[in-house]
Amino acid sequence: MDDTIAAISTTLGVGAISIIRVSGKDAIEKVNNITNINLLTKKTHTISYGYIKDKDEIIDEVLITIMKGPKTFTTEDTIEINCHGGIAPTEKVLSILLKQGIRIAEPGEFTKRAFLNGRIDLTKSEAVMDLINSKSDKARKISINNLRGTTTNKIRTLREKLVNIISNIEVNIDYPEYQDIEKVTIDKIKKELSEIKRSLDEIIENSKTSKIIKSGINVAIIGRPNVGKSSILNKLIEEEKAIVTNVPGTTRDIIEGTLILEGITLNLIDTAGIRETEDIVEKIGVEKSKNVLNKADLVLLILNNNEKLTKEDEELLKISNNKTRIIVINKTDLKKNLNLSQNFENIVYTSTKKEEGIENLLNKIKELFSLEKIETNDFSYVSSIEQLNKIEQAKESVKDIETGLKENLPIDMLEIDLKNIWNLLGEVIGESYTEELLDNLFKNFCVGK
Amino acid sequence: MKYDIIVVGGGHAGSEAALASARLGNKTLLITGNINNIADAPCNPSIGGPAKGIVVREIDALGGEMAKNTDKSILQIKKLNTRKGPAVWALRAQIDKIEYQKNMTETIKSTKNLDIKETFVKKLIVENNVVKGVITKEEEIKAKAVILTTGTYLNSNILIGSTKKKEGPHGEETELNLSKHLKELGFTIQRLKTGTPPRIKKDTIDFTKTKREPGDTDILTFSYENKPYYDPEKQELCHLIYTNKKTHEIINKNLTKSAMYGGYAEGIGPRYCPSIEDKIVRFKDKERHQLFLEPESKNLDTIYIQGFSSSMPKEVQKEMVKSLPGLENAEILKYAYAIEYDAIDPTQLKRTLETKIIENLFTAGQINGTSGYEEAACQGLIAAINANQKLKGKKPLILRRDEAYIGVLIDDLVTKGTKEPYRLLTSRAEYRLLLRDDNADLRLTEYGNEIGLVTKENYQKFKIKLENIKKLLKELTKEITPTKEINNILKENNINKIIDKTTLENLLKRPEVTIENLKPFLKNNYDKEVIEEVEIIVKYSGYIKKQEEEAKKLKEYENIKLSENIDYQKISNLALEAREKLTKIKPTSIGQAMRISGVNPSDIAVLMIYLKRGKNE
Repeated sequence: MDDTIAAISTTLGVGAISIIRVSGKDAIEKVNNITNINLLTKKTHTISYGYIKDKDEIIDEVLITIMKGPKTFTTEDTIEINCHGGIAPTEKVLSILLKQGIRIAEPGEFTKRAFLNGRIDLTKSEAVMDLINSKSDKARKISINNLRGTTTNKIRTLREKLVNIISNIEVNIDYPEYQDIEKVTIDKIKKELSEIKRSLDEIIENSKTSKIIKSGINVAIIGRPNVGKSSILNKLIEEEKAIVTNVPGTTRDIIEGTLILEGITLNLIDTAGIRETEDIVEKIGVEKSKNVLNKADLVLLILNNNEKLTKEDEELLKISNNKTRIIVINKTDLKKNLNLSQNFENIVYTSTKKEEGIENLLNKIKELFSLEKIETNDFSYVSSIEQLNKIEQAKESVKDIETGLKENLPIDMLEIDLKNIWNLLGEVIGESYTEELLDNLFKNFCVGK
Repeated sequence: MKYDIIVVGGGHAGSEAALASARLGNKTLLITGNINNIADAPCNPSIGGPAKGIVVREIDALGGEMAKNTDKSILQIKKLNTRKGPAVWALRAQIDKIEYQKNMTETIKSTKNLDIKETFVKKLIVENNVVKGVITKEEEIKAKAVILTTGTYLNSNILIGSTKKKEGPHGEETELNLSKHLKELGFTIQRLKTGTPPRIKKDTIDFTKTKREPGDTDILTFSYENKPYYDPEKQELCHLIYTNKKTHEIINKNLTKSAMYGGYAEGIGPRYCPSIEDKIVRFKDKERHQLFLEPESKNLDTIYIQGFSSSMPKEVQKEMVKSLPGLENAEILKYAYAIEYDAIDPTQLKRTLETKIIENLFTAGQINGTSGYEEAACQGLIAAINANQKLKGKKPLILRRDEAYIGVLIDDLVTKGTKEPYRLLTSRAEYRLLLRDDNADLRLTEYGNEIGLVTKENYQKFKIKLENIKKLLKELTKEITPTKEINNILKENNINKIIDKTTLENLLKRPEVTIENLKPFLKNNYDKEVIEEVEIIVKYSGYIKKQEEEAKKLKEYENIKLSENIDYQKISNLALEAREKLTKIKPTSIGQAMRISGVNPSDIAVLMIYLKRGKNE
């Protein structure tokens, strides 16, 4: 109860702002570390304008509400940060807070604190407990569901590898007299470590849902001039009443705009100027399109219904063939002159002029990324960040081992970090069976009097 | 005749319990089935090893006897894991089992307030769920508290092949009534099993076919008193041999004749202590298993074959032994056997080792489901300390998991229970780096002293050591500057030169630097123990700090106490499973509750709220 907690308090998704709430004795000081506003001098229950920074990088323009205890929901010092809506910037702000040593709030923890600090009436306690119970159950389920099966399997495999090496080290410690048992050496640890590192990176890569939540889907809209790329984009925006923002710090080089669909961010990449010029292929050429495609999770290839397939169209079809792709055949209000040489998957017909087919396109996107399956309430989101956070922590432990190796630390100390990685990964997939290690030890090694 | 405390059983748990009880001024009676069997080592003639050796040091720091008694009975001693980090260093001694018994018996006999009686306890005197004494074969004896340390003697069966005999390890009488009586009192009884290898007549072994395993040349002692009783030049040897194809063939051919594989046994045996049959069945691909030939005593002509425990019939054992290198003509003096015995479910115990259902009744050792002399001894000590504290209205001694392996052991037992004989392993400890061989005295001497078990002399010695550690640590904060003169001294002492101003402590963190190298910069001289301690503290400070941080979190949760009287069934928001587990275990803190399997984080949140509400109302 002494630590400071944070969570995203608004439902994530389409909306102009989202709020991150921070509560605890270090709330003001820690948030103060990451903003240009001098919060320490601000009066309680006031709002200030400024920005959140990560070292020197500006992350988001925000409004910060400062509320000193006890007149707050939790009765503790509380900060509320109003960020721009959308998952990417909000998540980024939250992750910077976590780097400050703030812990992500457990489900229902603000309410719990409010209760424990005597803020909520005791007669409501039963209801509070129900709430905590149901929320944490849900959170548990969601957090596990959020990981795709492949990721879970990868984590399992890595944990198995880890438990094998850990139990080998343990058996070396507990049964030093067994000369037939393989001794884990520094070289072996080094070798394993590079594999562990690779696996952790892969897990992050492959945790596709988490990635979608974390950074959104990179979308490339391609097509030769005058096929209606900008109209499609504009209609998508209109249909979803979504905002296209240019959020500083998240754009890097390639993301031009952000569109939010079902609470998931679509990052439009390298569509520079398409709303004005319509001339993407001319401008960037097929070679450059290939580059764009490499960065894209989803390709919208626009074809003109009214014209015959050109060489350029064919080239674009070819280079985007192995990507997740939707072929949008636009201008269905005009006469059909287009003849596709083969049967392609995921074709959507649209007429931006008649405003037809846009909904079909949106549904297609949702279908391809199973968006309806991703719950965008705060918990699925939070637990995903928490999971990623744990994997990041595991990577930190890898670094600690590397340092330890340099300092010639003995194997049983390096093992402390190996165990830490193993435990963190167990938490990510909801497996923490304490006897697992001993079971494995006695299964794999023949020891005893 | 009325006693303060009666200890039932004179094994390793019973010896410690009786001594601690009497030394704390309680009128104590030790009841044993066989006075010649006090502190007997019926299995391997060795004490210590990883984790266990640290427990022996902890017993010593608290003022127990095992370390001192071991030091008096050493045949051979080694420091294990010295190539690994200090967290896993551990002593192991081969002991002279006859000397060990003799020394312990003498200590017990010469201790004030301590009587010994040779008999069997049939029942306990219990009034209103409070124990009032024991009923032996002959009489009723009253006491304010009773400590049961019955070892394997509760309803035991000795199994050799298809023969099953109701007797103890040496063919003595076993106690049949007591276990039945405990069941009637409401204890859940479980059946456990363990085993021991054959003993061979020493001069029938051809040691030229074996590999010599000598002890360390350094003088080592378990006790912080540091009194060596042995000559390192004259240590006994152990010998290493391996099983072979022929051994395995014999075992495979006769497998169903063994008590375990023939279905003659019912108890659950430990995974970490498999019989040779188990090893061969479970690890089919292994072509050989290593065995140690260990001397049992200078006064005995017997050799213990470590790694060869078995429940085969005698005829098969003979064949098996003769297949081993050097043992072709060996004569078996005592056959291997498996032993089944009754134990109580340790989740029926409090963390003080007092039973939950009968007040002032304590249990320690194998009756609690553990295995091993060290595990037994430490429980005996803790049970006696807590019986003493209870009778005198003082605060109980409950060691946390970050304070002692003893804390890990007892917490595991009473929180998780055990399905097999429980052995301590280093991997059971979360904070291994804090629970080291070198610092057991720093961790526990204050407790032992407060309770009254540490002698004045030893306490003084401890205080001086503590002072010197502080002094040396302070000296190491001294800064040195990279002058030519300093760098010359560094060079002379094999330390790479420094470029910036730095402290001695920082220098010591370099892998190649020891305090010995830094001596020219130090004002005072320090003894070996202090130097070792400080080197560990400094060199591994990063990891030590990490574990201390984690332990701090644990401590916070341990400090949130749960009353014994909480009716978990009435806390409606607890999950059903949590309600049942909490009712059974009755954890004394939120920390302990968190370790119960089946109690989830949401249940803990509910408990915290429940506690808060209780306070507010």
